[in-house]
Amino acid sequence: MSAPQESFLVSCAKDAAVGGLIALALFSLMIGMQADVATGLGGQLGITYRWGAVGIAVAVVFAGRLLLNLFVWKADTPVTRTLGSFIPKASSVVGLGKYAMPIFLVLAVVLPFLLTYWLGSRGSRQYLDLAILVTTYVMLGWGLNIVVGLAGLLDLGYVAFYAVGAYSYALLAQYFGFSFWVCLPLAGILAAFWGIILGFPVLRLRGDYLAIVTLAFGEIIRVVLLNWYEFTGGPDGITGIPRPSFFGIEFERGEGGFADVFGLEYSSIHRIIFLYYLILIMALVTNFVTMRLRKLPIGRAWEALREDEIACRSLGINTTNTKLTAFALGAMFGGFAGSFFATRQGFISPESFTFIESAVILAIVVLGGLGSQIGVVIAAVVMIGGFEFFRGLEEYRMLVFGLLMVVIMVWRPRGLISVRRPSIALSGGKASVISADLVQEGHG
Amino acid sequence: MSTSQPLLDVRDVVTHYGKIVALRGVDLSVASGEIVTLIGANGAGKSTLMMTICGSPKATSGQVYFDGEEITGLPTHEIMRKSIAQSPEGRRIFPRMSVMENLIMGAETASNADVDGSLQRVFDLFPRLKERQNQRGGTLSGGEQQMLAIARALMSKPRLLLLDEPSLGLAPLIVKQIFDAIRDLNQGDGLTVFLVEQNAYHALKLAHRGYVMVNGKITMSGTGKELLARDDVKAAYLEGGAH
Repeated sequence: MSAPQESFLVSCAKDAAVGGLIALALFSLMIGMQADVATGLGGQLGITYRWGAVGIAVAVVFAGRLLLNLFVWKADTPVTRTLGSFIPKASSVVGLGKYAMPIFLVLAVVLPFLLTYWLGSRGSRQYLDLAILVTTYVMLGWGLNIVVGLAGLLDLGYVAFYAVGAYSYALLAQYFGFSFWVCLPLAGILAAFWGIILGFPVLRLRGDYLAIVTLAFGEIIRVVLLNWYEFTGGPDGITGIPRPSFFGIEFERGEGGFADVFGLEYSSIHRIIFLYYLILIMALVTNFVTMRLRKLPIGRAWEALREDEIACRSLGINTTNTKLTAFALGAMFGGFAGSFFATRQGFISPESFTFIESAVILAIVVLGGLGSQIGVVIAAVVMIGGFEFFRGLEEYRMLVFGLLMVVIMVWRPRGLISVRRPSIALSGGKASVISADLVQEGHG
Repeated sequence: MSTSQPLLDVRDVVTHYGKIVALRGVDLSVASGEIVTLIGANGAGKSTLMMTICGSPKATSGQVYFDGEEITGLPTHEIMRKSIAQSPEGRRIFPRMSVMENLIMGAETASNADVDGSLQRVFDLFPRLKERQNQRGGTLSGGEQQMLAIARALMSKPRLLLLDEPSLGLAPLIVKQIFDAIRDLNQGDGLTVFLVEQNAYHALKLAHRGYVMVNGKITMSGTGKELLARDDVKAAYLEGGAH
């Protein structure tokens, strides 16, 4: 009875000890010795020894491995399985969309009033700013969802269209003095145009190859913006981008301002609330258009294209047009979001449009579940909200963040909401949702 | 049955994959109302011919006529909108879309005014699909997927149905069901069928006429019965095939 028990413990401890020794060998160099300018040696390069840190690192490895051995790898009933059973199955969240959508919507609409009521206009500003940021990413996620989730075209350069939209508005306002409301559609059209420009050369590419080209495209746009100093201001960016007006009424103190016209006491929070509703409406329009298109032939053609391109062609679908419309529409919504970004910040520079932005937007779409609209909302709230929430952890923030993504992808490999509701069913027939639990293909 | 002008006419078609010649001058015709089969070994060029008719890859020389109109240089999607439907090799259904969505995709680009009628017809033909209409395509069995692929092609109400190896990887009983359905479509609806097959015995038994392809050239042709009776066909394609 006790013999196998003991050998189990011993074997776990042995394994952990081996892990600890390897960690010691690695960390004694990697952590234990730090090359820096030693004081008192006339500025020469010296080595500082940090054996305490090595000790901690080795202890963490030893303890971690021991615990994993005891409870996961060698245990009869791994803890992960028990934990895994607490995670809802994809089929059980089928009804979630039905209830979550209206709840999210009502919450989103009343949010500014709740915040100002509880926290006052000063205290709520920070949270409203965060809400605006999250909603911007929700909109970008929904836009990218058309390209990646529906049409299945892996786009790593989505931020390029965000940048095109932002710069379109900034430059049109700067050179021609156009207002936000004139520029918004123009920015969308210009971004869609660039979407088609990107679409043409990549028509024959799919998967990894497409990803590389779109990645390059994203970088090209950023590098051009950075280097075309005379036109875009290069790294200095563009400052003094005009704020949006409430249909011609400016958010200013005094005569004719928003507060004056509506008989309110002037507060800077009015503009923030207005911006929040602006992006909320823009995001909802994106969602509405996408949901409608999914039920139309073009939307079904996107999904069919994602599933099988050859079959699409055998059914007489023009794959060229299908791909280009997906790129153009996705890009257009990116452009809208971009011009909103420009007007909110009042200042843009190429630094806001780096690859990491594309990666974050793509991560939102993938974590949320490709093609799922509500999944994008949840993922954006978790990711962008989490980004801010973990700000207190400082340099460990990215660590926590990365860990979170790994955990989600291990437990829900097809994203948080991985069910897909058919866009059509025979009248009278029950349109059952197609759950990922039924078939785990594993590929996106 | 057949008019003076064949529905599908392939004249001296040569097709290359890069520098490799896949078809070396193929002549073939399918009259309206016929079932014509093309048999041959792996790599003979059967599927290439099928794909060339659909415009992908395009023929290097020679012409393809459909209903008297030359379709050789047209883009694939335009050819496939001309009352030609194809059930591609390997079925290629849309795995994450429901059976119903798969079928609707078949009717999407065609000017089929009677989608409900077509739907009724394919459900009559393959009752299994009706039972599974809300299931996703990827969860169907191989045989059901093949039924779905054929049904999807039929949704455009085609005059000519191109079938590329519908018996691939299916149990004999299912193959029989599929071939019965093809016969039913031909006799009941007057559908013209061009069938590419490796399963020579069943294909030749079903077809009015057959062609044998070797190395990118048609080497024999005749009625299904004639070809079945020939010793060289038996030796090359029917060894142990008669199950």
